[in-house]
This record gives sequence, structure tokens and C-alpha cells, in this order.
Amino acid sequence: MLTYVLIPLLPLAAFITIGLFGRWFRGRGHYVAVPAVVASWVLSLLTLARVGEGLRVNEELYVWIVSGDFRVALGLLIDPLTAAMLILVTTVSALVHLYSIGYMRGDGGYDRFFAYLGLFTFSMLMLVLANNFLQLYMFWEAVGLCSYLLIAHWYERKSACDAATKAFVVNRIGDFGFGLGILLVFVTFGSVDYVAVFSAAQGASAATVNLLAPLTLMGLDARWDTSALTVICLLLFAGAVGKSAQLPLHTWLPDAMEGPTPISALIHAATMVTAGVFMVARTSPLFDLSPTAMTVVALTGGATALFAATIALTQTDIKRIVAYSTVSQLGYMMLACGVGAYAAGMYHLLTHGAFKALLFLCCGAVIIALHHEQDIRRMGGLKDKLPITYWTMLIGSLALAGFPFTAGFFSKDAILASAWAAGPLGKILALVGLATAFLTAFYSFRLLFVVFWGESRLDPKHAGHLHEPPAAMTMPLVVLAALSILTGYVGIPEFIAPAMSGVGELPHDTGIMIAAILMALGGIAAAYVLYVRSPELPGRLARQWSTLYALSLNKWYVDELYDRFLVRPTVRLARALWETVDAGVIDGAVNGVAATLGEWGRRTRLLQSGQLQHYALVMTIGLFVLMSVYFFW
Amino acid sequence: MGALLTVVIFLPAAVAALLPVVRGEETVKRLALAGTLVNLLLSLPLWFAFDTATPAMQFVAEADWIPRFNIFYRVGVDGISLPMILLTAGLMPICVLCSWRAIDRKVTEFMISLLLMETAMIGVFAALDFVLFYLFWEAMLIPMYLIIGVWGGPNRLYAAIKFFLYTLAGSLLLLVAMIALYFEGGRTFDLTQLMGQPYSPLFQMWIFAAFFFAFAIKVPMFPFHTWLPDAHVEAPTAGSVILASVLLKMGAYGFLRFCLPITPYASQVWMPWIAALSIIAIIYGAAMALAQDDLKKLIAYSSVSHMGFVTLGIFVFNAQGIEGAILQMINHGIATGALFLCVGLLYDRTHSRMISDYGGLARSMPVFAVCLMIFVLSSLGLPGTNGFVGEFLVLVGAFRVSPFVATLAALGIILAAVYLLWMTQRVLFGPAPASWRWPDLSWREAVTLAPLVILVFWIGFYPDPFLSRMHSSVAALVQQVNPGWERESDMFVDLLEPFR
Repeated sequence: MLTYVLIPLLPLAAFITIGLFGRWFRGRGHYVAVPAVVASWVLSLLTLARVGEGLRVNEELYVWIVSGDFRVALGLLIDPLTAAMLILVTTVSALVHLYSIGYMRGDGGYDRFFAYLGLFTFSMLMLVLANNFLQLYMFWEAVGLCSYLLIAHWYERKSACDAATKAFVVNRIGDFGFGLGILLVFVTFGSVDYVAVFSAAQGASAATVNLLAPLTLMGLDARWDTSALTVICLLLFAGAVGKSAQLPLHTWLPDAMEGPTPISALIHAATMVTAGVFMVARTSPLFDLSPTAMTVVALTGGATALFAATIALTQTDIKRIVAYSTVSQLGYMMLACGVGAYAAGMYHLLTHGAFKALLFLCCGAVIIALHHEQDIRRMGGLKDKLPITYWTMLIGSLALAGFPFTAGFFSKDAILASAWAAGPLGKILALVGLATAFLTAFYSFRLLFVVFWGESRLDPKHAGHLHEPPAAMTMPLVVLAALSILTGYVGIPEFIAPAMSGVGELPHDTGIMIAAILMALGGIAAAYVLYVRSPELPGRLARQWSTLYALSLNKWYVDELYDRFLVRPTVRLARALWETVDAGVIDGAVNGVAATLGEWGRRTRLLQSGQLQHYALVMTIGLFVLMSVYFFW
Repeated sequence: MGALLTVVIFLPAAVAALLPVVRGEETVKRLALAGTLVNLLLSLPLWFAFDTATPAMQFVAEADWIPRFNIFYRVGVDGISLPMILLTAGLMPICVLCSWRAIDRKVTEFMISLLLMETAMIGVFAALDFVLFYLFWEAMLIPMYLIIGVWGGPNRLYAAIKFFLYTLAGSLLLLVAMIALYFEGGRTFDLTQLMGQPYSPLFQMWIFAAFFFAFAIKVPMFPFHTWLPDAHVEAPTAGSVILASVLLKMGAYGFLRFCLPITPYASQVWMPWIAALSIIAIIYGAAMALAQDDLKKLIAYSSVSHMGFVTLGIFVFNAQGIEGAILQMINHGIATGALFLCVGLLYDRTHSRMISDYGGLARSMPVFAVCLMIFVLSSLGLPGTNGFVGEFLVLVGAFRVSPFVATLAALGIILAAVYLLWMTQRVLFGPAPASWRWPDLSWREAVTLAPLVILVFWIGFYPDPFLSRMHSSVAALVQQVNPGWERESDMFVDLLEPFR
């Protein structure tokens, strides 16, 4: 048991050590952080091996909250799904730690950065190890906090702080649903433990929730009974939509690129943002019982995949292109879960973890080499200057594009084949997936060609001393490049499938496979034509299709819409309420009562004139009135 | 042990009586600090010797006071008042410390006010006799009035008088209710005897109405909250901390100690209205906080929002709701008190409370930045901090009664993230004004904040020591307020009964 507890606790210990004694480290924070995460990684490997031999763990660490019949403990659940996630998190985290030694060198917040990395790794590991919904929620928000803190790493930049706040708040909106989902789980099942809930799921499929219950408060007899399981799944999914940046809560992820690039690789590509997919896979016994929720998941995933890919086509910031591709790939994973192919979704999650972390770290290498230049229009011709970066990025791009024999090819193919096999809606979604595959191949090779091929468009003052980053940075690139291919061949789906509901065997479909290959090759070829053979073509196309181009370039104006119709009206409403209702009506009434009483006091004071004649007059009148009443009433 | 409770109540007053004869401001401060610290130490045995298995009052002490009217000195604690007493005793040394430099005139008088305040507050939580309770309840007003009115900001007189008159108006109704209960409940002021008596529904409705105004003003519930921002803005830091951390709990404590056990029927009938007002407080308070430019006003309105969770939790009448509410009372005391401390120590440096005057403090005051961040996270209910446990339990309790109500309340949690993080961003992050180089926390300031930081995570990760002390008392309370009949009456029908 200690082995498993130590996996998350070691990075936590690193966080606490650096956090408390940060002043004494002075740029040596990695002395603590790196060994801790490497040790976690070794223990995770050990756990993986034991799980392969059939180990299953479901134990409580300690009781967290007890109140009445509500009881929840922090615990560990280890099964193949957890083991695979442990490996993903510790591997990418260890490599990112290593890479950051080079990338963050000389940064003012160097030790703080490593402390937060440790906190994040701890939280993410506890998230995947959770054995109940509330623990999942707890560390779900904790990774969100780490994301917030790390996006705001360069906190003196306003854009970074805006992005951090936005990320937290948008995630909170999703977590609003997630939290209510957990409440409904507890009310429906009397427990929030995975095992208890999943084993009772079948029996609860008849339970219903009256969604129009609020109207009955107004005396209306309104009923719209919906399956409680569907409501639970949709509420939980709201959390996943936020965390995994699905439509319509995707807007925070591209902005999150304000954080340091290693963070983008670890948190905003490989691990945290995939937590939503992980959650759907983990709660697959519930989702499987709700076709409605499944349809919503599949549609959201498919729509997000295509939508984000269309934006990635025209972006010019190297990290934003990769960020939109992350949103799009997360859409693929959701799509897979939505058609019941959880194993395919998780498979893609794991391979994507490798190649997308690789792509971000390559971007980081380019950015560092160019002294924090991120605009691809001021790059080009880096192929010979940064050979390791180029070749590893090529492998990453091939995997992202789904080029045959890379890991991304196998996992994407599994998703498309599963979707195609899943009824009429699945067929449509498979076609959407294929179209997205073409776009994916196109934009990833657009990026590669524009940055590494062609003429150099560098700022001349950087062009002279371009060099490959230090070994601490290139080593992770090479390892991740190897993993971007190897993860396709180690039998991941067969390993993780038993941990989720649904079919274990992934379907194969030669037709789909050929179509997917054609899409990948077509996309690469199109990028080659547009950005290598005739570089004047893209500009002409942009002018020709200016409306579409503007939509894509401006991210379909979603941010502007939210700002116009949600953010600013809320602030304006709050201010108006404050000025009119709070200061005006309520406090006005309070002061009014006081003023009225005071005024009455002032007026009645006049009666106390002190003149005996007045008092005698009033007394006489009073006596007269009273006697009249007494005698004549 | 009963004597110990009496000592804990009156020790601060005794120290206060000593202060006028002491020479030298430093000595006065040290003596006041020592008095509050000793009182905290003395209250710890109450915490550890508390028997969690029984809902009965513990450490009870009794003495004759005015036997002719059945008025006794009677004190004791149960699982509801114990955490409140510890909270009060724990915060007082912090209040003394944070006034160390900030109060520079009439120091002796200030410390006397603080110490008398402590006696009155602990007395309110410990009193088991209605007259004694009422005495302490009113006694709180005077030192607080002085703290705001003498050591406050420029507009202090308006704020102090508003605070005084507003709460006094509420307490007068409490006085009426007390006398009515005396005659109806068998000529006694003993709270344990007044509870659980079969008062007629009509009588309960009127008693509840009187209670409600007294306590709702103190909480404060919407729409009786407008005295709070004014009082907070004008009060010195220690005053704000006491106000937010303890005084606001008085109203909620009153609901728990009086309304639920004495007028269970009326509580049930009024419940939808109180739930509605709580929801309004949660969302409206958050919206108001969003609109503020003044740090203290922002936190004051966030208090309105957070106290909405407390009243909501109390009035769902189940274990999760009530325990969540009590925990939320403690949490709010810790986090909001700490936020006022943070604003106070900024104010000591810059003499500004306006958010727009700040920026980039994380650079020059990193330790402060970490502390403020922790309290903000606690206040917005991040899991792992104390704020989450309380709010979540309240939501569990509310969800069982009405998912719709819980949903609306949960909206407040989104808004809390918005106004708190926006504030944090504007204060801590961004470029720092070039002329600003403020020193980071001094040792004294660090010592005032450190225990609160520890409590944030302690309750966040291991709330059991707190919750386990509430279980028995709350279970008994839930029994009392749910006697097994169905609520069928309409509030207004009942209230208008005698007029038809």
C-alpha cells in the first residue's frame, strides 16, 4: 500500500519542501523536484507491472467528511485505467521537469515554478487514483488551481493574469454542473464511492428526476420526468466540457498558452485537460446506461473536433495552433466515449499525451532558440539550425496527422472505426472525424513547413546565434518522439479495456483505415502545395474566401460573443443593482425610516412648548372629547 | 469544569478592569495580549474534555441571580456553541496583535473595549438563561459601537450609529419574545426548559417573527444587510475582524439555539421564505461584491453571500445542512477574518482601500501574496480548504430538500470565483507602480496570519475533529425541529389568525 501512496506523496513532498524553504534553493529547486517525480515514475512502473499480473486495489486512506449519513473518504483505486494514467502523468511530468531545467533557467520564479509542478503532479495523480466522486472533484479543482497559478507564472503580464482568471472561472462554470452531478449521485445512490455507485447503477436506471420541479413551487403542476442517470451523466459531463475544453467552454485553453511552454505541454495538452475524457471513461458504467447522455457526449466531441480544427488552420501563434489542435483531439476522444468506445478514447488520450507533449516541447525549443518569438510568420528555415527539434517535431506532427505506423494513426483509426460501427449517428460522426483528420494533417504540416522549411524570415538580430537547446531539453524530445511511435505497438487498448464498460475488442474497418490514410496524406500534400510549392497561394485564398478566413482567424468570434453578451452585461448589471437597489432602495429605506422618525421627533417636539396655557387648552379639549365619547357613544 | 467556563467568560473583563491602572501603552498591549492568550489556553480544555457522545449541555454552572423571577446565572456548552467559543477565544489574540501599531491613540480604552467584547461574545454563546443571554447580547453593542465610533474611519459616526440602532431595533423584538416566552413557557428563562414545549402554532409564529428580525439583522440576511458594508468600511481592522468573524455568527447562532428548538413548527412554516432570502443573499451579495472598488466593501458583501449559505443550511433541517452551516460559520470566521486582516495590513502601509490603487504586490510582498491567495481560495470554496467542506455539506443538505434551491445556491460559488479572483488579480498581479516598495509581512503580522493558514488546510483536509463535536447536538436538534408532522399551514394565514 505504501508504494501506491508514495506515488502522489513524493511530488507533494517536493512541493512542500520547495514551498517552505524556497529562499534557500535559489535556482536549485529541481534538486528536490526531479528526484521526487522520477521516484514516482519508478513506483508507477512497478504498479503497472503488478496490475499486469492482476493486481486491483480499492482502499481508503482516511475518512474525510462525515455528516449524518453522508460519508466520504480519501482513497485509492488502482486498476488498468489508473495504472495507464499513472504512467502517462509521471512520464510526461518527469520529462517536463527535466526539460524545464533548461527552459526556465534564469527565470525569476524558477523555484516557484518547480514547486507548482510538484503540486500539480500530486493533484493529478490523486485525481486518477480517486476511488470516489468527491475526491475526483477535489483534485479536479486542485489541478485547476495549479493550472491557474502556472498560467499566471509571469504575473506581471496582464494577458497572463487575464488568461489565468478566465481559465479558473470557465472551469468553475463546468464544475458547477459537476458538483450538482455529485449531489445527485449521492441522493440517488446514497454514496459517492465508485464501486458502490457502479454496482447499483443498473438498479437505479428507473429512477427519475422531475426537471420542472421549480415550477411546482409556483403552484403549477408541471412534470418532466427524466432518467436520473441521464441527468447525472449530463451534469458530470458539464465538468468534463470545462476541463477538456469542449464546446462551448473551450475558450480558456488557447488563452492558457500565456503560461510557460512546459506547462502547456504537461497541463494543457497531456494530462489535466484530458481529465474530462478520463472522467467519462471512469464513469462509463453510468454513461452506458444513458443513451441520451451518450449522444450529447458524441455530438459535443465531434463538433469540437471539427470546430477547433477550422480555427487551427489560420492561427499564426505557434502555441495557439497546437492548442487548438489539442482542443480538436480532445473532441476526438469525447467522440469515442460518446459512441461507447471508451477504450479507443483512452487509447487516443495516451498516445496524444506523448505526441502532443512532444509538439509543445518542440515549440518551446523553437521559442527559446528565437528568444521568445512565437509568431510563425517570423520564423522559417529552421530545419538545419535545429535538427533535433525538427526531426522530433516531424515525428510528432506525423503522429498528430495520423500518418501510418505512428501511434496517432492507430488510436485515431480505432476511434473512427468504432464510430463507423456505431449506428447512423456514428457514421455521420465518423465522416466528421475523417474531415477533421484532413484538416489536422493540413494544419500540423502547415506549421512544420512554415517554421522549419523555406526562407528564413527571422528577426536578423536573432538569426546569427541560433542553436539547438541544451541536452536537458533535447533528451525529453527524443524520448517523447520514440513514445509517439512505440505507444501504438504495446497493446494499450487490450490492457485498459477491462477497466471500462463496453466492448473490449476494438473494431477494425479496412475501408475506414484507407480513408483515414488518404485524409492524412491529402492534408500533408495540401500543406506542401500551399506552403512549400507556391507560398503565394494562401494569401490569395484568404482574400478570395475573406469571410471564412476572418471567421477562422477570429476563432468564430466566440470570445467576443461571450464578452458582449455575458461578461460585460453581468458586471454592468451588478453595478446597476448596487447603485439602484442596494444604495438606492434598500439603504434608502433604512435611512428613510431613520429620517422619518427624526422628522416626527422634531415635529412633535413643538408640542412641548413649555407654555402652561397650551397644555391647559389641550387638556380641556381632550377631556371634552373623552366625556363626549363616554356619554353619547 | 463548569467553573472553568465561567472563568473563560469573565477573565477578559477582569483583565480589562486591570488595564486602567497600568502605566505605559506597551504594557497595556502586552497585558491585553496575555489575557486573551491565557483565555485561549483556558478554553482548550473545554475542547478536549468535550464529550462527543451526548447532546446534553456540558460544563454547566449555575448560581442564583434574581430567584424571584426565576432568573439564574446558568452557562454551559454543547456541540453548537463550543466551536463558536473556541473561534472567539482564538481570534481575540489576533485582534489584539493586529491593533498593535494600527491603533495609536487611546490604546488603553481600545484594549478595554476589545476585552469587554470578548466577555460579552463568549457569554452569548455560553448563556443558558434567556435573561443572561439577552444581557450579553446587548452588552456586545456598546464596545463595538465605541470601536467603530472612536477608532473608525472618516465616516465613523454614521456607521456606528447605524450599526447600533439597527441591531438595537432587532434586539427589542427579542426582548418582547423573551417576556412572552416567560409567561407562556411556565415562568422560566431556562433555555433548556423553554425548548421543546408544545407552544400553540399561533404563538410560535409570532415568537418566530420576533426572533427572525433580531437574528436576521445580525446575520445579516438580505434585505437587512446595508449596515454591514458601512460598519466594515469605517471600523478599524480589529473591529472588522470581530464583526465578520464573530458578531455575524450571533444571528445564525440565534437561529440554531432559539428558532429551531423553541419554535419548530414556525421554523418549518417560515422555511421557504428563509430559503428564498438565503438564495437571494448568496447571489445578490456576490453580485454586489462584483461591483465594489473598495476592498473592505467587497469582502463585506462577500460576507452577505457566505452567510446566505449558513442560513440556508440551518433551514433545511437535516444533519448535513446544519453541520455544514456551523462549519461554514467557523470557516467564514477564519477566511473572512483573515481577509480583513490582509486588507488591514495593506491599509497600514498605504492608507488606501481602493483596489485601483494596488497592483503587482506579489513582487514586493511575496509572503503576503501567498497568504492572501490561500484565504481567497478558502473563501471561494476550493476543495482542500475549509471553505469547501462547509459549503458542500450545506449544498448536500439543501439538495435533499430541493435540488432547485441547491442549484441556485451553487451559482453563488461561480460568482465567488469571479469577484475574488478578479480582486486578487488587480491587487497582487500586474505591473507594480514604480514608486511602491512596501515591506513584506513583519513577524508580528506573520504570526497573526499563520494560525489561520493552518486552520484553512486543517479543516479542509481533516474536518473530523470539528464535525464529530457537532454530531450529537445536531442530531438532537434535527429531531426537535422535525417532530413528524407535515407542514400544511401558510405563514400569512397563521400570522393573521388573531385579526380575523
